[in-house]
Amino acid sequence: MAEFIAYLIAGLATGAIYALAAIGFTLVWQTSQTINFAQGEFVMLPAILILAMVGFLGAPFWLATVLGIALFVLLFGWGFKIVIVDPMIRHGVLPLAIATMALAIIMKEGAKDGFSAEAQNFPSFLPVQTISLGGVSISLQHIAIILVACAAIGGLQWFVTRTKTGRQMQAAAQNPNVALVLGIPVARMVMLTFLINAGLAALASVLISPIYLAKFSNGEVIGLFAFIAAIVGGFNQVRGALAGGLIVGVIDSLAAAYISTSYRLAVPLVLLVIIILVKPEGLFGRKEERRV
Amino acid sequence: MIHSSLLSRLDGVFLTLILGALVLWFVPAGMGRYGTYVLSLWLVTAVAVMGLNLTLGVAGLKSLAQAAFMGIGAYATALLTTKGGMGWLPAFAISGLLTFAIGLLLGFPALRVKAHYLAFVTLAFSTLVWLVLRNEQWLTGGVFGLSNIPRPTLFGLKLDGHLAFHRFVVVATVLLALALWWLIRSPWGRAFLALRENPVRAASLGINIRAYTLLAFAIGSAYAGFAGALYAPLVEFIDPSPFALSASFFLLLMVVAGGSGYQLGPFVGALLGVVLPEWLRFTGGLYLILFAAIVVALLIACPQGMLGLFERFWNAIRRRPMGRNLPLREEQP
Repeated sequence: MAEFIAYLIAGLATGAIYALAAIGFTLVWQTSQTINFAQGEFVMLPAILILAMVGFLGAPFWLATVLGIALFVLLFGWGFKIVIVDPMIRHGVLPLAIATMALAIIMKEGAKDGFSAEAQNFPSFLPVQTISLGGVSISLQHIAIILVACAAIGGLQWFVTRTKTGRQMQAAAQNPNVALVLGIPVARMVMLTFLINAGLAALASVLISPIYLAKFSNGEVIGLFAFIAAIVGGFNQVRGALAGGLIVGVIDSLAAAYISTSYRLAVPLVLLVIIILVKPEGLFGRKEERRV
Repeated sequence: MIHSSLLSRLDGVFLTLILGALVLWFVPAGMGRYGTYVLSLWLVTAVAVMGLNLTLGVAGLKSLAQAAFMGIGAYATALLTTKGGMGWLPAFAISGLLTFAIGLLLGFPALRVKAHYLAFVTLAFSTLVWLVLRNEQWLTGGVFGLSNIPRPTLFGLKLDGHLAFHRFVVVATVLLALALWWLIRSPWGRAFLALRENPVRAASLGINIRAYTLLAFAIGSAYAGFAGALYAPLVEFIDPSPFALSASFFLLLMVVAGGSGYQLGPFVGALLGVVLPEWLRFTGGLYLILFAAIVVALLIACPQGMLGLFERFWNAIRRRPMGRNLPLREEQP
């Protein structure tokens, strides 16, 4: 039982990180119909950028983190929107989706050739001790990750539903034409979701890299889990992506502990197929009407 | 009008295939072992890209498991011809049938819902195949792979030497390309095109959208199986790494680079993806980045790929209005 609780908490911690990536993914999907197949690489790269700044500039770690995240949001929030999405969206959804796959290859190979092919240690901002609570040993790092991720998601939810800008963003996502008529700066709102996506990915990167180490190939698995989380939770909801992330994280952790370490990836995949068969709009999603 | 120009273009495809096959039959005579191998690899990759071109370019579906299907074909052929003691031809047929059947099984749940769900289901499948190839050592040899895959003997001809095997690959590729050429000209192929251009209208004309999309995906996957069946005896040793998810991404980029929807596009795309890296060896690992960047630039400037670009130039020279080319299907906004 003590073991089970430890696995559960570890699963919730990684799940909260997948949720961050999944939320960014669904936000960008809602406002601009961009299916970002590079989402996993978006989580992989910020940690590499930060380590590169420490290595090449000799910057202290905290400064490198601030600079690295700022650079990442600039390049892969603003730049991604301007350079890839804007010129491509007029050709339709399919070429854009394929362009994000090309971007994934560029980011992955770039991290490998430009930085390192080896996994690198990434220091944690959070406490790394383990405490014992009634016979259950709990990692403080995991608890802290859950708290930080939940605070970020709660803040985002508050921003989206309670502030004027957030509501404008929602309106721009739900019906851009009407939003435009109502005087909402739709283009700026769409850009905002790209910046939020890059920010969430950078946060996820800083949280997950101390556990998984920073490596160029991390994006594949993280991306896969983010997609599964988004679909399981329902493509059109922030809370759906949160729930999806937590479910996928817990299932992955328990599967690794009790089923098979070599097939731990297979269990969330089975979950994905079941959801698509039984409840394709996701656990918390709304059914979308068919548009002709 | 559209009818006749379409026909004349397809005849151009036919002639190019036959001429290309003749050239490729004789060209490697003085090229040595490695050069011939690269040419054969180009054609084998083109077969896999051809299948994906049917799935993506003609039916408008994203499949992220083409390399995984190729892996299934390669491992099936390798196992059947070594441990199974079977001839290459039945192993080839089984590889195709197996990947066709898996395509149907995989596509059915995904396409029941929405076309872009196929991307996620195939993404998951790709990872699953890679896990099985790596973990089931008793069957697949794990990371050590399978070696000593025999080159086939067909109709009493031993195809052991690199030149003989290359010529065999040329014949197989042309036959597979012609089969696809015939398919696209057939009423089935027309239905695929109608489906991509305007699914709602196609449905109103009585085309069973779900059945045809599923069929296009399954046939596309079977071509990956065929490509795998050719790949295994070509390299004589297989391990899981060339069938990973990133390889599937790469094949998809080759479809787009060559020109999605163009029947000769796969050959151009595979040329850029397989042969060009050999000439650009001095760039080292940067070639992948270069290739991906070229594809992004192409997608921005001309989503119809290299052949689309070529057609634009050709039409500009002949001062004719732009011909009706086959762009990627745009989803309904």
